Amino acid sequence: MGRIVLDQVSKSFGEVEVIPPLDLTIDDGEFTVFVGPSGCGKSTLLRLIAGLEDTTSGHIRIDGEDATNVSPAKRGLAMVFQSYALYPHMSVRKNIAFPMRMAKMSQEEQDKRIDAAAKALNLTDYLDRRPGQLSGGQRQRVAIGRAIVREPSAFLFDEPLSNLDAALRVGMRMEISELHKKLDTTMIYVTHDQVEAMTMADKIVVLQAGVIEQVGTPLELYRTPRNVFVAGFIGSPKMNLIEGAEAAKHDAHTIGIRPEHIDVSTTEGLWQGTVGVAEHLGSDTFIHIHGVPGCEPMTVRTDGEFGVKHGDTVYLTPNLAHLHRFDAEGLRLE
Amino acid sequence: MATQHSRSAARLMMAPAVILLLGWMLVPLTMTLFFSFKKYLPLRGDSVANGLEWVGFANYARFLSSSSFWPSVQATLIIVGGVLVITIVFGILLAILLDQPMWGQGVVRIMVIAPFFVMPTVSALVWKNMFMDPTNGILAHLWKAFGAEPVQWLSQASLPSLILIVSWQWLPFATLILLTAIQSLDSEQLEAAEMDGAPVLKRFWFIILPHLSRAITIVILIQTIFLLAIFAEIFVTTGGAFGTKTLSYLIFQRVLESQNVGLGSAGGVYAIILANILAVLLMRVVGKNLDA
Repeated sequence: MGRIVLDQVSKSFGEVEVIPPLDLTIDDGEFTVFVGPSGCGKSTLLRLIAGLEDTTSGHIRIDGEDATNVSPAKRGLAMVFQSYALYPHMSVRKNIAFPMRMAKMSQEEQDKRIDAAAKALNLTDYLDRRPGQLSGGQRQRVAIGRAIVREPSAFLFDEPLSNLDAALRVGMRMEISELHKKLDTTMIYVTHDQVEAMTMADKIVVLQAGVIEQVGTPLELYRTPRNVFVAGFIGSPKMNLIEGAEAAKHDAHTIGIRPEHIDVSTTEGLWQGTVGVAEHLGSDTFIHIHGVPGCEPMTVRTDGEFGVKHGDTVYLTPNLAHLHRFDAEGLRLE
Repeated sequence: MATQHSRSAARLMMAPAVILLLGWMLVPLTMTLFFSFKKYLPLRGDSVANGLEWVGFANYARFLSSSSFWPSVQATLIIVGGVLVITIVFGILLAILLDQPMWGQGVVRIMVIAPFFVMPTVSALVWKNMFMDPTNGILAHLWKAFGAEPVQWLSQASLPSLILIVSWQWLPFATLILLTAIQSLDSEQLEAAEMDGAPVLKRFWFIILPHLSRAITIVILIQTIFLLAIFAEIFVTTGGAFGTKTLSYLIFQRVLESQNVGLGSAGGVYAIILANILAVLLMRVVGKNLDA
């Protein structure tokens, strides 16, 4: 079980209100990702749920019980920190055993769970090493192992992959997703990386300045962003947002079109522009195009073989079925 | 690029420092060794110019057989041990206290360091005359206020008093080193331990104390070096009486009060041996903490 309900939860540090009162429900077994730019309050929100920060007002309910004033240890949650927070003077085995030792679990049960966790996380050969002798990815797995053995009602991840290199990050992303499928436990995951959010989440919570901008599945957020912020934040490369005369043609203050929903041609099209930088990724090419009115530069995605170079003139045609329209307040128009 | 050429250049450039350090240590050491095998009583007319009589190990035998020798070793060890225990226990507590955010933190930290800047002679005199004086001292007044007989600190409880004075001087040093160590502790580790279900005392025992082990080792090693040689505190308080005669004080008495340079030098060699025994012991016991 691991249903977490936030009811009008707010947090202020002194005079500064970091999180205005917000409501949020995280269902049992759900993989929820808090995503937003740095300083948006996503980590603070996670720490409120963990109990490492006290709420200024409002209630946190875990499995129906009010946990607002319950100590972090008694909430039944396990957390994986950005710095992993392994205990450097203890071996991997002792690190993983620490929460069970604190809970005064029998040695037999401890060994059983350590072995199971080590096997699941490929740590069996490293149990007697110190954290300092492990690579970043291994440390990450030890931190996860320490969380697993407690059999918590929910896992909390605070930007766990941001200290890993790109290749390792993709691998760990998969491992955490698989872990979630296997354990079927609630997970709350904080990240500033929208790719992590899109690939892992059952439910994404987009935050900005402590306010929830939108909650939904990755595809909901991709297809129907509720406002300009979400539209610009979700998707890679970013959605092109066009203001001015071009937007007015569609009865909107701002229109948005994703790079993958624009056709590029060297002969004809709706908009004309010159190629600035072309990023060749092999499978795709991202071209930054200058000179399109209301959007500087405009990014488009084409197939990897599309041969243009700096200074070429190209013509663009947006796929109108995928056009997003926003009003002056930045809210989505249907 | 450690070529033959650059290596010899490096040696040449290090030479002044090496020569200076060696001279600093070797000259007094050789002189001490030299005198320790000689009969050298300046008041009886012995002098280096006239040549000194070789007496072999007679000085060593005499120093060792003196009734003051073993008690002085004991007093030295008690003082070193007592001060170490007090400064480390209270140093850790003070460091934790000073690490808490509080009003006036900067001022308090400076005031905590202050005793370290007071010269040993001065601080010992202040303790002797203002605190421990059996008629006018603050402690005597305190005892009287409760209707008790004032304690004659420096004669009735001479070793504990001396340990108290020296601890007061060295507590800031220990506190300072331990405070910087505590500040370098990753707060996420403490939070992780908190989430893992460790209450305050267990967090101290399992996280903070192991984190401090290296700093504690350094405090023990450095303080031992200096505490073996304390002198001023004894000189101005008890003058070596009431069982406070340490090895270094005994050597001082042999050389200056008895005017027996040879005997004192032999004592000095014993002091070197004692210091080395302690150093080896300490490195065995706590030195492994220094390995990264």
